[in-house]
Amino acid sequence: MGARGGVAVTVRARTAIACGCARCHDCGLIARLSGVVHARARCPRCGASLHLRKVRSLERTWALVIAAVTCYVPANVLPVMTVTSLGKQESDTILSGVLYFLVHGDWPLALVIFTASIVVPLAKLVTLTGLLISVHRGSSWRPADRTRLYRVTELIGRWSMVDIYVVTILVALVRLGNLATIEAGTGAVFFGAVVVLTMLAAETFDPRLIWDRSEGRTAT
Amino acid sequence: MPLTACGDCDLLQSVGAVPEGAQARCPRCGAILRSRPRNGAERTLALASAAAVLFAVAQSFPFLAFEMKGSITRTTVMTGIVDLYRGGKPEIAALVLLTIVLAPLGQIALLLHLLLPLRFGRVPWQLAPAFRLLRHVQTWSMMEVFLIGILVAVTKLMGMASIVPGLALWSFALLIVVLAAAVSSFDPEAVWERAGASR
Repeated sequence: MGARGGVAVTVRARTAIACGCARCHDCGLIARLSGVVHARARCPRCGASLHLRKVRSLERTWALVIAAVTCYVPANVLPVMTVTSLGKQESDTILSGVLYFLVHGDWPLALVIFTASIVVPLAKLVTLTGLLISVHRGSSWRPADRTRLYRVTELIGRWSMVDIYVVTILVALVRLGNLATIEAGTGAVFFGAVVVLTMLAAETFDPRLIWDRSEGRTAT
Repeated sequence: MPLTACGDCDLLQSVGAVPEGAQARCPRCGAILRSRPRNGAERTLALASAAAVLFAVAQSFPFLAFEMKGSITRTTVMTGIVDLYRGGKPEIAALVLLTIVLAPLGQIALLLHLLLPLRFGRVPWQLAPAFRLLRHVQTWSMMEVFLIGILVAVTKLMGMASIVPGLALWSFALLIVVLAAAVSSFDPEAVWERAGASR
């Protein structure tokens, strides 16, 4: 019996999967799965399909991570927007957007964009790849910390969208015909794809696999 | 005590009654098993209603006006999306539409749809699908990120021309706070408890 914040939590020292129980992904209800109807089992409370683990979690997460890495290169090389001012054209990539603020002495904003657009996507891709490899190797290294790492990855992903919104707002505001216009570039499309793909990858990864594999190792 | 399993590490445990204002955490991996804010249902309902009004204002009025050499451009979220679509970037337009318009709208509407009938002791229509949809919609609602985007865009244009903040900008800022508070005071488990009691 361990009390946290006044709540009694009794640990059964076993996992749900070991008892043939599945936790519903949508509402959290725990239900016993009977052997025969595994494939078609539905949550008795909310109707979501029940699985012991997220379906094909490792394969799907690998596929999404690889797709995101592929899009990451054009996202950073191609321009995210093109500014046309009095006949002159100027293209901005993600990195030159950061440099723009740095050159103009606005380093707090440079830091915000650098973190959101460069650090977060890279950190997500590296973390997810690391977690995938650790699960494949059946690592028993600090499962609680790896789970925490996963939760952080899931939480920060959305902040990469900042650059997409900046482009949207600039395109909408600056359209003064010959004087000045801003157009979204192909880089922005790839960058959006990176954000969406990494978010989906974080969603398909099942953190319980971290515990399954490390337990399997200590048992043998 | 009801049996439950941790969503992050699958440890089986029974969680006792969670008092209002308390959280139950998994002792093995630290995941939150259940969080029960004070007056969660009422507070979420009130905040979601406020969010609905703010959302309507935020979407219908211009949030920024841009003035350069006598000509003024005003922009709402929808004109921004339409401009992207016309400019040959339908993928980005769709992504912005989903994350700034559809997902927050769905989030607010579903919260109201679930909590309003329960407040009066009725089971909401299509409770289970609505509940599941809410879980999926939440991930894609990114208003708070959009506000940072506005901040960056404004700073970028500041040297070029004068920027006038619009009515929608303030409702955006308020909406983000209100929506975040509504989400954090929402206790999904309480929806099922109340629905069970009303049946």
